[in-house]
Amino acid sequence: MSVESVDPDDVDAADILGSAIERREDPALLTGDAEYTDDIQLPGMTHMAVKRSQHAHAKIEGVDTSAAEAMDDVIAVFTAEDVDVPGNLPVGWLLDSLRQVDHPMLAGERVRYQGDATAIVIAEERYAAHDAVDAIDVEYDRLDAATSPNEALNGAPDLHEDAPGNTAFEWEIGDAERTAEAFEEASHTASVDLENQLLIPNAMEPRGAVADYNPSTEELEVAMTTQNPHLHRLLMSGVIDHPEHKLQIRAPDVGGGFGSKIHHYADEALAAWAAKQVERPVKWIATRSETYLTDAQGRGHESHGEIAMDDDGNIVGLQVETEANLGAYLSTFAPAVPTYLYGTLLSGQYDIPAIHCEVTGAFTNVPPVDAYRGAGRPEASYLVERLIHLGAKEMEMDPVEFRRQNFVPDDAFPYQTQVAVVYDSGEYEKTLDRALEMVDYDSFRERQERAREEGKYLGIGFSAYIEACGLAPSELAGQLGAQAGLWESSLVRFHPSGTVTAFCGTSGHGQGHDTTYAQIVANELGIDYEDVDVVEGDTDEIPHGMGTYGSRSAAVGGSSLVKSSQKVVEKAKSIAAHQLEATEDDIEFENGEFHISGAPDRSLHIKEVAQQAYLAHDMPAETEPGLEATSFYDPDNFVFPFGMHAAVVEVNPDTGEIEFEQYVAVDDVGNQINPKIVEGQIHGGVAQGIGQALYEAAEYDENGQLLTGSMQDYAVPKAEHIPEMETDSTVTPSPHNPLGVKGVGEAGTIAAPQAVVNAVVDALEPFDVDHIDMPLKDEKVWRAMRENGGGA
Amino acid sequence: MAEHDITLTVNGTEHELTVESRELLVHALRDQLGYTGLNVGCESTMCGACTVHLGGDAVKSCTVLAAQADGGEITTVEGLADDGEFHPIQEGFQEEHGLQCGYCTPGMMMTATQLLDENPDPDDEEIREALEGNLCRCTGYQNIVNAVENAAEKMGGAAAQGDD
Repeated sequence: MSVESVDPDDVDAADILGSAIERREDPALLTGDAEYTDDIQLPGMTHMAVKRSQHAHAKIEGVDTSAAEAMDDVIAVFTAEDVDVPGNLPVGWLLDSLRQVDHPMLAGERVRYQGDATAIVIAEERYAAHDAVDAIDVEYDRLDAATSPNEALNGAPDLHEDAPGNTAFEWEIGDAERTAEAFEEASHTASVDLENQLLIPNAMEPRGAVADYNPSTEELEVAMTTQNPHLHRLLMSGVIDHPEHKLQIRAPDVGGGFGSKIHHYADEALAAWAAKQVERPVKWIATRSETYLTDAQGRGHESHGEIAMDDDGNIVGLQVETEANLGAYLSTFAPAVPTYLYGTLLSGQYDIPAIHCEVTGAFTNVPPVDAYRGAGRPEASYLVERLIHLGAKEMEMDPVEFRRQNFVPDDAFPYQTQVAVVYDSGEYEKTLDRALEMVDYDSFRERQERAREEGKYLGIGFSAYIEACGLAPSELAGQLGAQAGLWESSLVRFHPSGTVTAFCGTSGHGQGHDTTYAQIVANELGIDYEDVDVVEGDTDEIPHGMGTYGSRSAAVGGSSLVKSSQKVVEKAKSIAAHQLEATEDDIEFENGEFHISGAPDRSLHIKEVAQQAYLAHDMPAETEPGLEATSFYDPDNFVFPFGMHAAVVEVNPDTGEIEFEQYVAVDDVGNQINPKIVEGQIHGGVAQGIGQALYEAAEYDENGQLLTGSMQDYAVPKAEHIPEMETDSTVTPSPHNPLGVKGVGEAGTIAAPQAVVNAVVDALEPFDVDHIDMPLKDEKVWRAMRENGGGA
Repeated sequence: MAEHDITLTVNGTEHELTVESRELLVHALRDQLGYTGLNVGCESTMCGACTVHLGGDAVKSCTVLAAQADGGEITTVEGLADDGEFHPIQEGFQEEHGLQCGYCTPGMMMTATQLLDENPDPDDEEIREALEGNLCRCTGYQNIVNAVENAAEKMGGAAAQGDD
């Protein structure tokens, strides 16, 4: 079912939207012509390195920089004492109960996680900067550390005076009373205690920044690894007290983000601030060890979940208590992730009449935890789908039939859940049926039974996931505490010769926006795909923008491009009508051509209109010359992609080793602009989900020292760890945007963990194993099989 | 810190440069000579983003000292295309959507070309095994494996024509 890519030259202009054309981004990336942040060299450029705490929690008694300052090639050394700007990293999402705490870009009194920055060095070259950092002597008085939320909330030393008991917030959603009643009346319940472990993002390109300050003009240009240049401009402008209009943030090619490059970190702000201090360009590029210590991590939930059913196997209630790890400080969007991005997805694909969820956010001695690849939604989907598996077992029902019986039915959309959101559209049984066909479920149980008789343990696991993308509208986000709007802007500009540049406020970093956006704009304007250029990621070029995260680019950015294109067509139509001596009502627009209804020979192509608009010799009255339009598009609602993934595994009873027999992904992401790109993103997401299920975890010792601090210790999956995936899709367009698209970037990540864990638990059914926490390392699985007396 | 005058021949061009004893080949190539196609992902030989050919072998240039490579013949991703014509491995990656952010791609292609030199017709498992030192976070590897198979077919086709 693999999608075949096609050459854009072989596609008719009218079919460009929806075609699996090859990406136009690729030639530069394939030849070494791409420009990542570390590729930038500026005349007079200096290098910055950061002194980082080796302790997870300690008071700073003193910082001695004298030896570093005396070294050759060292230009300057700065500590917290030198910071003469606010230097306090803000949090961008406020909850009613949130306790805000200071987050200095250089720690002066206390370090709160291993990797917290205490000083920076600016030197003539990279190696000298790192040498000098090693020569800085920081004296510490160590304090006890807590890295799990449960530990932090129950008697660990306070990290912040303003947050007693390490409680960052207490938050709830749903109806507690109604849910308690549902559980009282229910005839069956099932429950699980689980951990959704901390993950380290590991974008292949480490974070970095190159800052260049011009003292004469006061212009500060920062090229950096960012998913959202305008937001970084706004936040950095406050942190380093530099006027927003004289700060340019530019994203060169960015080597993956997965959320980790959304957030505003100390390091990039320090590079920008230092460039002003030394009045020379400053480059800071994280080493991989630094990314392990400082990139915002993901997940980190400890949860108790319960599900209640009536006698007929109908789900009547769901309740959840979660302790969420926020790390040492509040990162940019941190408070939103375990609350609005998590609690609102707890209905899954199911019609559940009563839900209640309580979340406590905890400060701990790990790096800040924030949005990572799915952000809240994987945690919700994992918990729901584990409970569904256990609920089916409690009811002695087939897990597929249990799901089918409880799905939100096709005729119930738009569907109001009990946790605030309204699902746009969905046909859940369609993806389920297709997945069942692909795994040949009809014969599986029999095959599983036969295998068991031979001492082989096969299991199948399902994941009926749902995701919320394109968070919106801005008014709602504001009511929920967001300190930013969630619209997207774009500008579509015709040039006099008839080619077009489309500017969009999103900022791609591997998603193929140049290709998909050109497909959208070419389709709307009826011009050749090759005639559309796409520009993103530069605050000096783009009207404004919110960036790329949360799978919002197609649904919000793409829709904005549609709106801008439609405005361009509207203006062009009035010019065409004027020049064709007709009324606008008589003009039809088709495949780039304006013609008079019933007189197709009297026509003007939109490219000719563009030329006329710039000549401005013969325009309708009151019409400005030029042909371009901007839109700030604020969607009416989220979009809700969904799908069914299924994993078939075999567990080796002697070693606990898990082998994939099959992995099937059937996704519905609405209309697809470029099916090849959609398929590629599903693959990548599933690989991350399998990584979480089987291999990945940020692990700390009792002192808060990171035990998985390099690629030797943290298992980023390799090619041999990831099975061949079989993908297919159904299409249920979203009614909430003009493209009918939903969102795909995180779908696989959200779907895969529970498919794998459910499959392993299904395989271990004869051993009476209900749950194993991720990652399912061989030894953990082996032990689980033996805990119940050896089982089968 | 001791310094060394060395010669590196990169993609057929000879360069004379001075390096510190500890300077890594990846930094000499990128920062001194401007071959920024290869990327630094981990500095520990694990991710493979900095893979180049040195004397015909694929090596991780983040764990080779520049001084060790003195006199060496190096091919980087910039040297894969021939007079603007893509190498079959580049075509394979383009056609099979074998990349997303592209950061690991140069290293992937350098490893893959060595594999294809040694084994012109590798199966799926052999490709996955050969790529165990090159990490990708975007693609899930499936289309990378397809890209290598695609290139193998193309190169096999070229060899067959040459035999006629």
